[in-house]
Amino acid sequence: MVPNAPGFLAASWIVARKDLAIELRTRSAFLSVVMFALLGLVIFFFAWDPTAVSSLDLAPGVLWVTFTFAGLLGLHRSFGIELEDRAIDALLVAPIERESIYAGKAIANAIFVSAVLVIAVPALALFYNLPLGRAIVALGVVAVLAAIGLVAIGTLFSAMAVNTRMAELLLPMLSLPFFVPIVLSSAQASTRLLANRPFGEVLPWLKILVGFDIVFAVACTVAFPHTLEE
Amino acid sequence: MTAPPPAPAPVVHATLLAKRFGTRVAVAGVDLTLNAGECLALFGPNGAGKTTLLRLVAGLLRPSAGSVQVRGVDVRRDAHARSSVGLISHHSMLYAPLTALENVEFTARLYGLADPRGAARRALESMRVVDRAAVPVRTLSRGLQQRVSIARAIVHDPTLVLLDEPYSGLDEAGAAALTSLLQALRGRGATLVVVTHNVSEGLALATHAAIMTGGRFARFEQRDARAFDAQRYAAEYRELVRHGA
Repeated sequence: MVPNAPGFLAASWIVARKDLAIELRTRSAFLSVVMFALLGLVIFFFAWDPTAVSSLDLAPGVLWVTFTFAGLLGLHRSFGIELEDRAIDALLVAPIERESIYAGKAIANAIFVSAVLVIAVPALALFYNLPLGRAIVALGVVAVLAAIGLVAIGTLFSAMAVNTRMAELLLPMLSLPFFVPIVLSSAQASTRLLANRPFGEVLPWLKILVGFDIVFAVACTVAFPHTLEE
Repeated sequence: MTAPPPAPAPVVHATLLAKRFGTRVAVAGVDLTLNAGECLALFGPNGAGKTTLLRLVAGLLRPSAGSVQVRGVDVRRDAHARSSVGLISHHSMLYAPLTALENVEFTARLYGLADPRGAARRALESMRVVDRAAVPVRTLSRGLQQRVSIARAIVHDPTLVLLDEPYSGLDEAGAAALTSLLQALRGRGATLVVVTHNVSEGLALATHAAIMTGGRFARFEQRDARAFDAQRYAAEYRELVRHGA
């Protein structure tokens, strides 16, 4: 028996590190999600009529729609790796809080989707000839806040859906309604940032993003242990 | 005169423990008490409820009725109490892309061991699989995966070890390593619950033997080494299973 079981944050990081190690080893999910995101941007680019809609108006919507669906693809595998040989049982028997399993998965997913954004945002700027320049830092903040909100919800629903026969269908059906406030505020904030609007116009959308991030992160952490009941 | 110290709580104490999945009753009102150093060999046909009982004791399932405690604590509610439990099941509970060492080290970190890598190596050594430490689990045979899985389950030196068909897939060397490991755990006072279909393997270490059918103990007895006839017990077990208890 060991008296020094890790606390919440330490246990979360141990779980996150393991998930990232598995992804680094296989790279299968990352490559498929990046390819999906890039193909999404390309398809939107060819469907775009520059005489009807300006790139500044269209690009933020394209980015967040593509990112949402690409993120769902990545989130689906989050609990899939735990069920392959019932590794989740070893996690549940370990002396860590069940909430820390959720937090660890969410941290790994946030890093994962942020890495996808690191590739997707420059690609978007290239396709739509966007003036990223001064907006790049603020856009990075929006991206991180959006990633937190999306993975908070997506990680919980991934845990709920993974045991069902139609997990691929159930995850987007459950998640997308909750993604709306995140996608809406991210798109609005990035439209204003790319158009070089005053920061006062961006701030309300950032506040909404932060608010939803906090609500979703807390609610999903509390709800997570109930998704593990059999 | 001072009062005698209170007796320690039993390692496992289940009262009227029951589990239903929908309308199907998997475990139907089991009472079980095991103290430190005791070993229960649990036999029974497929679908008798043995695995469900083990998962209830491990805290992986919520009882539909009754209760189960480990050292007086509900392990489902108390994360710290789970640090005394080791679980070996049908499934390897390993991550296929990670190496054997990474898998066991991950578990050692979850249990807060001071030297997780060293502890992981020692656990792999005890199962005679340390030469495959750097090999991804997915490339190992079923038997070697089982050895790594056992190393994972005992890396934190648990005092309650729950084993579901631990010998399945093991070759002679693996089975010998497991037997000596279980003997060492018993020597250190650990409590064991071994689910198996092999009566002689199960009885080798057992202080108690039980036969489960239909979610209940059809037989439960303390094994007296002098009076216990293993061959007769095996014959009676086969008879019980053949007639569906």
